[in-house]
Amino acid sequence: MNPVYYLYLAALLFTIGAAGVLIRRNAIVVFMCIELMLNACNLAFVTFSRLHGNLDGQIIAFFTMVVAAAEVVVGLAIIVTIFRTRHTASVDDASLMKL
Amino acid sequence: MSSVASVHSLWTAAAGAPGKIPGPHIEYAQLSPTLIVLGAAVLGIMIEAFVPRRSRYYSQLLLSLVALAAAFAAVIGLAAAGFGSSKAHVAAMGAVAVDGPALFLQGTILLVSLIAVFTFAERRLDPAAHGKHVDSFAAQPAAVPGGAAEQAAVKAGFTTTEVFPILLFAVGGMLIFPAANDLLTLFVALEVFSLPLYILCALARRQRLLSQESALKYFLLGAFSSAFLLFGVALLYGYAGTVTYAGIAEVVSDGAKQIDPALAGTMSNDALLLIGGALVLMGLLFKVGAVPFHMWTPDVYQGAPTPVTGFMAAATKVAAFGALLRVLYVVLPGMRWDWRPVMWGVAIITMLGGAIVAITQTDIKRLLAYSSIAHAGFILAGVIATSKDGVSSVLFYLGAYSFVTLGAFAVVTLVRDAGGEATQLSKWAGLGRRSPLVAAVFAVFLLAFAGIPLTSGFAGKFAVFKAAAQSGAGWLVVVGVISSAIAAFFYIRVIVLMFFNEPKAEGPTVAVPSPLTSTAIAIGVTATLVLGLAPQYFLDLAGHAGVFVR
Repeated sequence: MNPVYYLYLAALLFTIGAAGVLIRRNAIVVFMCIELMLNACNLAFVTFSRLHGNLDGQIIAFFTMVVAAAEVVVGLAIIVTIFRTRHTASVDDASLMKL
Repeated sequence: MSSVASVHSLWTAAAGAPGKIPGPHIEYAQLSPTLIVLGAAVLGIMIEAFVPRRSRYYSQLLLSLVALAAAFAAVIGLAAAGFGSSKAHVAAMGAVAVDGPALFLQGTILLVSLIAVFTFAERRLDPAAHGKHVDSFAAQPAAVPGGAAEQAAVKAGFTTTEVFPILLFAVGGMLIFPAANDLLTLFVALEVFSLPLYILCALARRQRLLSQESALKYFLLGAFSSAFLLFGVALLYGYAGTVTYAGIAEVVSDGAKQIDPALAGTMSNDALLLIGGALVLMGLLFKVGAVPFHMWTPDVYQGAPTPVTGFMAAATKVAAFGALLRVLYVVLPGMRWDWRPVMWGVAIITMLGGAIVAITQTDIKRLLAYSSIAHAGFILAGVIATSKDGVSSVLFYLGAYSFVTLGAFAVVTLVRDAGGEATQLSKWAGLGRRSPLVAAVFAVFLLAFAGIPLTSGFAGKFAVFKAAAQSGAGWLVVVGVISSAIAAFFYIRVIVLMFFNEPKAEGPTVAVPSPLTSTAIAIGVTATLVLGLAPQYFLDLAGHAGVFVR
């Protein structure tokens, strides 16, 4: 099977993630869409690694996973404190500051 | 048998007895500034765990100051040993560059964070709660604002001394960011300095709702943009087969001459290069705060605790512009003709957009946020110059600008009323009558922002525009001067408001700070005036530091 198909899949997943960030209103779902984008990047890295025949891409995928995990820790902490204050996780409600 | 297949056998089957894996060669001494700061941050976490609460504040403060000063001394030592010029090279197996721009920017970041620690540690501004001095950070950030848990924490006199190690982690990431010499290090450094900043934004003692909201916005948009950056990294890796800057630059300039036919589909495919480069630049321009990726800036600057805003506005900009310069000058010089027009456009809308929207602002922190966007545009004009002068003018501008920013936000922390800081611009009316000294100091910073001669802002702007004009970007300079004039309008308006309006009866008071904030402001004013009156030494310093290592 042609590995380039995996690149198309990665691009598709990335687009779905990016569209989700822009469309969805719940902070948790927005955050999950960002994680989807990061995982799409991982798929692209691994596929390119296979195409090029070197291991760099696979190593980078591990780094991305660690970074994504750290991001989850910080992100969920922020979302949870906001939820406890406002009893909602909607990003539309976080609008105290406007131009 | 192609080389691809032979390498694939590395992980598909045991291709023979596993050979010895050579250990990496790390030049610890040359990475010492970063290692000192990150080590101190880990130590700071240990202090939180083991030192009794009453002595944490002083031990954290001492540790942070000593670590940052030691790291700065290490930078000076490296520069004195010639790593900024003749001995510049790429350390840590190609991951981190030790060269002029990296050392100059690291030195700037360390000085800025040293002053930021002073403003973080300030404990005289807020009225003492239950007989204990409090700082700008929440007693217990995890507790619901106004809830029983928080009141108990305030009563017990808790303070969030974790801000010091968090700050140090952010500084550690910022030190690597402009020195990163491969795209993986770039991405990891970006996250290492961003994640602590997201947390710091949420920790304000007063107006915690705004603070948490700013943290949420900063986090979601920051994570969104770093995902774009990462996808760009993936595409560039697909294009070049490597993530080191030099390796990508080689493929960009030569094309791949002897490539495997199996790779012809991806290797040196221009679509991958163009889209990947654009996505990486997008991620960096977000951190810089350039239009159209600036939307987070005003909200985050307004909501975050003001000491954090000052630190973020100054140090993040230095680190992000350093990384942007390195990517454009080391990785993508071969496609200069592709990115220059795009950056022209970005610079123009950033300068004009920032300056024009700032006019309508009614909050001093938002005003400074839009002014920082306009300044990002001015700095981009120097980035576009693609010459040695361009690099050194950007370095000088960053140094000058960061001290002004830090000082200006430190002054903002002083002007207070019953609800905490009085950031409404209308409340600043007549401040010059009440506290001439504070108003005069703020006026100096505003004049420096506006680029009035005899301040550092003028020297920086002159250097940047000169470099841009010499590289043939004449129209860009014209737009830059026009938007400087627009920007000068609202800076002068604040000065007029402070000095020539009658003070209101229920206006804010100016808190008397401890020596910590006074020192921070004094250093800011001194740097502004010295860099404005006698910039030559520092221009020379930046000039010597203007060459990137490949």
